Amino acid sequence: MPGLKRKDILGLREMSTEEIDLILDTADTLKDIVTRPIKKLPTLRGKGFVTLFYENSTRTSKSFELAGKYLSADVTSIALATSSVQKGETLLDTARNLEIMGPDAIVMRHPVGGACNFLAKNVRCSVINAGDGMHEHPTQGLLDMLTIRQKKGRLKGLKVAIIGDIFHSRVARSNIFGLTKYGADVWVAGPSTLLPPGFEELGIHVTNRVEEALEGADVVNVLRLQLERQEKALFPSVAEYHKFWGVGPDRLKLAKADALLMHPGPMNRGVEISTYVADGDQSVILEQVTNGVAVRMAILYLLLGGGDAA
Amino acid sequence: MEPKAMLMDETQMTRALSRIAHEIIEKNKGLESVALVGIRRRGIPLAQRLAARLKEFEGVEIPVGTLDITLYRDDLTELSSVPQVHRSEVNFKLPGTTIILVDDVLYTGRTVRAALDALLDIGRPATIQLAILIDRGHRELPIRADYVGKNVPTSRREVVEVHVTEIDGEDSVALYDLP
Amino acid sequence: MSMLITGGRLLDPAQGLDRYADILVDGGKIVAIGEGLKGDQVVDAHGKVVAPGFIDIHVHLRVPGQEYKEDMRTGTAAAVRGGFVGVVCMPNTNPVIDNVPLVAHVRQLAAEQGLCKVWPTGAITKGSKGEQLAEIGEMKDAGIVAITDDGRPVENAETMRQAMIYAKQFGLAIMDHCEDKQLAGGGAMHYGKVSALLGLKGMPSASEELHVARDILLSLETGAHVHIQHVSSKRSIELIRWGRSLGANVTVEATPHHFTLTDQAVMEMDYATTTKMNPPLRAEEDRLAILDALRDGLIDVIATDHAPHHLDEKNVEYQYASFGITGLETAVGLAISRLVKAGVVTLERLIELMSTRPAQLVGVPVPTLVEGAEADITILDLDKTWTVRAEEMASKSKNSPFIGWELTGAPYATVVSGKLRMLEMNVL
Repeated sequence: MPGLKRKDILGLREMSTEEIDLILDTADTLKDIVTRPIKKLPTLRGKGFVTLFYENSTRTSKSFELAGKYLSADVTSIALATSSVQKGETLLDTARNLEIMGPDAIVMRHPVGGACNFLAKNVRCSVINAGDGMHEHPTQGLLDMLTIRQKKGRLKGLKVAIIGDIFHSRVARSNIFGLTKYGADVWVAGPSTLLPPGFEELGIHVTNRVEEALEGADVVNVLRLQLERQEKALFPSVAEYHKFWGVGPDRLKLAKADALLMHPGPMNRGVEISTYVADGDQSVILEQVTNGVAVRMAILYLLLGGGDAA
Repeated sequence: MEPKAMLMDETQMTRALSRIAHEIIEKNKGLESVALVGIRRRGIPLAQRLAARLKEFEGVEIPVGTLDITLYRDDLTELSSVPQVHRSEVNFKLPGTTIILVDDVLYTGRTVRAALDALLDIGRPATIQLAILIDRGHRELPIRADYVGKNVPTSRREVVEVHVTEIDGEDSVALYDLP
Repeated sequence: MSMLITGGRLLDPAQGLDRYADILVDGGKIVAIGEGLKGDQVVDAHGKVVAPGFIDIHVHLRVPGQEYKEDMRTGTAAAVRGGFVGVVCMPNTNPVIDNVPLVAHVRQLAAEQGLCKVWPTGAITKGSKGEQLAEIGEMKDAGIVAITDDGRPVENAETMRQAMIYAKQFGLAIMDHCEDKQLAGGGAMHYGKVSALLGLKGMPSASEELHVARDILLSLETGAHVHIQHVSSKRSIELIRWGRSLGANVTVEATPHHFTLTDQAVMEMDYATTTKMNPPLRAEEDRLAILDALRDGLIDVIATDHAPHHLDEKNVEYQYASFGITGLETAVGLAISRLVKAGVVTLERLIELMSTRPAQLVGVPVPTLVEGAEADITILDLDKTWTVRAEEMASKSKNSPFIGWELTGAPYATVVSGKLRMLEMNVL
């Protein structure tokens, strides 16, 4: 009965709550490994995967690497700067060359939405989406949900406020798709230029007034502001952004006293989030990182642990 | 499906566990630094019952842990879907301890081998012993039990099924033919 | 050798013709229409509709310079397989067709290798760079039927205005691909709910509407004939309606993919790049507005914007894939299934949309079923059910989202200048 009946993890939108529960439950169990003295399990010995990152990221790629190593899997990491992509090789050529060398999975981060869907259709090994453009970042969504579930015991009925550049955020999308499946009350807030059209139809609240989203919230998830967006007439300055949408101690008081403060990282301290709340008592930012490794271990175990049943 | 034979009924199980408890006390010259670890799934209630007996006989409460060996199995690649993983809970110090692993059936020995690896990744006990309710033979690895409830010679075409009240609603051990 | 088309229902709304009769073709012309005629080669048209030849005024033949995508032979083969007796080809080739030798080259190739009639267009500006006017007058003498910078909209309004005034002297229409590149902003699909969910950059409808409005206003001022290519949005249609009410000389075309699909297709087909074209598939309300405009006469012609691309250009991540899909071989099937059978337009109106009006718009002889006329004939099988198959397509490129679709209605035969070029979707 258990086991994910799919080859790939591409996004939360098309996953069922049964599948998500399985991943979260497994991650919860595997989390202990990360904190015990011997951080090693033999489970994926002889299995291997490649991380293929077309965008810079130390934390996500390291998190996947560690997750693999804790399970005794072989991990190879390919970062854009050193790959043959620079010479103009297509994604499919790169992937097929990798696949034929034997890995059981490719973990890919790519700047174009749908790129992992495209890859998954063209390789036989598993494809795990580590973030595709503005589309989804499923492992981040899952680790966020796991963190909330651990601290609050549930997801249903919680008011979750996601603050920031929602328009361009794959983290926001994965969180929205995942949390709404469990009946959470999701609010997103940011400057109007950074809010996507039509998201009210997903059953969430969309506002450009951050106070409305924070009011009585159980969870506050602050997204990183990409400073390059300033160039494109999307917001005028970090000072103005911080004044109207930054989350600091005063704004955080609008949420419940035991509200969780989350951030996917890396943080721009003083821009979208104040240092005092980032390091404050309500912050679970570091737990998110641990849960990230656990979630990735869970996914690797569930996708790669068994035989070739495909 | 009807069992081929009943190997143990409730009374026989109770007596076997009591005897094993006495043997544990005798072999270890008391219960100092002794702890039980039940192997999921049915090893756990058996370990808890042994702990209760030991308390009855010696007046000492010894720690009981649980071990999930899924992640240490050597046969995962033969399964079409991976089994569900559960927590292992060993909340006491292992160095200097005598750990007695507890399981319901000892057959090929692979489960115990996995349990040894799982336990050793948690810590380094001084000694590890093995308590088993039914030893049905056909070892594929050099593993032997220190305490045995009953030895039952079986063929590979047979299945030994242990039921415990805590999980199955009754206490029994039955023998079936493979379907 | 003469050819007899027998037993069909002859339908030519432009002359009020609707009768069952035979047509005898000889020496490239229709020599007789009547009953009980005799000819050497016989085309059995029982149960079929015999119509004046269909013309597609928006086709990319990719000649010169891009023959790896399509060439004169395969492009015109795709046209006749789709039931077209003639196509108007676009100049955004490599190099851009902006001078006489290139126009002559295309006409020469068409004469040597073309299976149907080919009428070239010329660029509005040199290299389609949007700066200096191309030699429009000379190209007109060399045989272009319209001018267009298709693929690259003319950014500068003053340049567009002058081009309109200049082209009007030569009686040429300006065909415009309406797009404001800044608003479109590197988008890969329609800007809306679906692009937001899929995490892809979107092109808002306003990027098309801005230029539609601009072109209408300039047309009102200059009196020039502006033809809006591949209209895709509801508001564009409303703007055209408004412009017409003020007397603007504006015509408009719609593609089969825009009256059949919406941006939902990108999601439903899991980011398949055969859903990527410019202008993009938009929302359902836009598609419905196009259907209404087809029904009520606002849209003048159906044109495919047949845009073949090599597999290497489409088999990549969505953002990087080239814009465009093929259309010649599925246009009639979609038109009959989705318009005629669905009751959106009558068969007579369809013939107007695909034969009469296209010819009038570019000023070429209007195909007609009359004794003495050139024999350019499209025979339709309204009831044939068939599946669109890539391996059966005559085009070099197979970038079509309709592969695997089952359609009702197909072109049965295509006669070009009296020669039978296609029978039962086999190119001869």
